[in-house]
Amino acid sequence: MNVIALSWTDILLAVLPLAALALVFARQRLGMSRTIAIGAARTFVQLALVGFVLKGVFQNAHPVWTVCFSMVMLATGSWEVSRRQHRRFAAGWTIGLAVLGLFTAGFTVTVYALVALVGVEPWWTPQYAIPLLGMILGNTMTGIALGMDTLTQNAWKQRAVIENRLALGEPASAAIAELKRDSVRTAMTPIINALAVCGVVSLPGMMTGQILSGSDPLAAVRYQMMIMYLIGAGAGFGSLLTIQLCANRLFDGRERLRLDRLSE
Amino acid sequence: MSRLDVQNLRYGGFGPVSFSAGPGERLGVTGPSGCGKTRLLRALADMDEWQGEILLEGQAPGAMRASQWRRQVAYLPAESQWWFDTVGAHFGTSPEAEALRVLGLDPEVLAWPVARLSSGEKQRLALLRTLANRPSVLLLDEPTAHLDAERERAFEAVILGCCEKDRLTAVWVAHDPDQLRRVATRGYRMAAGGVWQEASA
Repeated sequence: MNVIALSWTDILLAVLPLAALALVFARQRLGMSRTIAIGAARTFVQLALVGFVLKGVFQNAHPVWTVCFSMVMLATGSWEVSRRQHRRFAAGWTIGLAVLGLFTAGFTVTVYALVALVGVEPWWTPQYAIPLLGMILGNTMTGIALGMDTLTQNAWKQRAVIENRLALGEPASAAIAELKRDSVRTAMTPIINALAVCGVVSLPGMMTGQILSGSDPLAAVRYQMMIMYLIGAGAGFGSLLTIQLCANRLFDGRERLRLDRLSE
Repeated sequence: MSRLDVQNLRYGGFGPVSFSAGPGERLGVTGPSGCGKTRLLRALADMDEWQGEILLEGQAPGAMRASQWRRQVAYLPAESQWWFDTVGAHFGTSPEAEALRVLGLDPEVLAWPVARLSSGEKQRLALLRTLANRPSVLLLDEPTAHLDAERERAFEAVILGCCEKDRLTAVWVAHDPDQLRRVATRGYRMAAGGVWQEASA
């Protein structure tokens, strides 16, 4: 069985309810209709673009194209992490740490899955590598962005407490320990919630897609299980690593709190 | 070589500051707001960047970990911070009942939630918390701002007791000239911009 293809006319029909919503918003002067319109347009353009690019990459399967596509995902993911920060480190440290965290955790977990679990030949086959990396990277990105933001925001707010602890002779690692723990917890909350409710409250998109395209539900479920576990590990290790590096960056060699390295 | 030697210390656009203090000595420091008194104490505790020379018994801060230095050269900030729920959680070793009594603190205060403390009680408990590290130099920043006259005298007596008994050296920043006359063995004045001069008693 093959999936029933949607025509461009169907897409037009799909956007109608959203257009109606934008109209209602405009009538009630809720001031969101513009945002909705822009969001809808972006979805269209971005997905259409990705569709064409993926079609090209799949037809000309070559490791270079897979790597190129991954690098673009890594760059946009890091950029998005940086964009979500209220306070960034000066001299590009925020985006640098985001690249490092996303790359180390996201890519390791993806390659592990491709080689050890899926076992597709060759392992960089774009049909497998790109969607897997996309899902893992997307969730790792959310974790890293949340963790970094929580740490830097709290350090800024709790400057007096941290410095009082330093003045009492606590090492920097002890003075920031609670803040680090809170940041890891915040970073992990979305994925922990997803692990708890997946399949009951929400049917994950990938599984839904596989079922729609005619896969055996049990096969689809096994794929989804793998994805959930990998996402958890990726987001967890990624945020753990970046939070630790950020915490180090908040202090200098003499264990002084260096909030001057952060900007608005 | 004395207990604390400071030569040509510059920090955040202030200084140069030079002085030395022996065991048991109390240096009073006064001056207008914004002249860099707090920043001086922070530099001495190696909490801000500085240039020049700071020596404790002939040793520079760089000879040890910063946390180790700060246990010996202890900075007591003007506003103390409390981050655990109960008072007692902030103390590694509980202060003696006698110390609590002298400072007019409730004997059960360590079991209290921090939210119950008045600003005066916080100030006195912060002193005990810092003294628990048994520092050799104590850096005080307006330490009695929230205390009434009676408590203020008790607070001063505790520090003077440590200077007598444990040969603690103190650098005491205050606006009140009467207090400095009571506690200091020597006085310094800081003018705007951190210009440092010995003051007559």
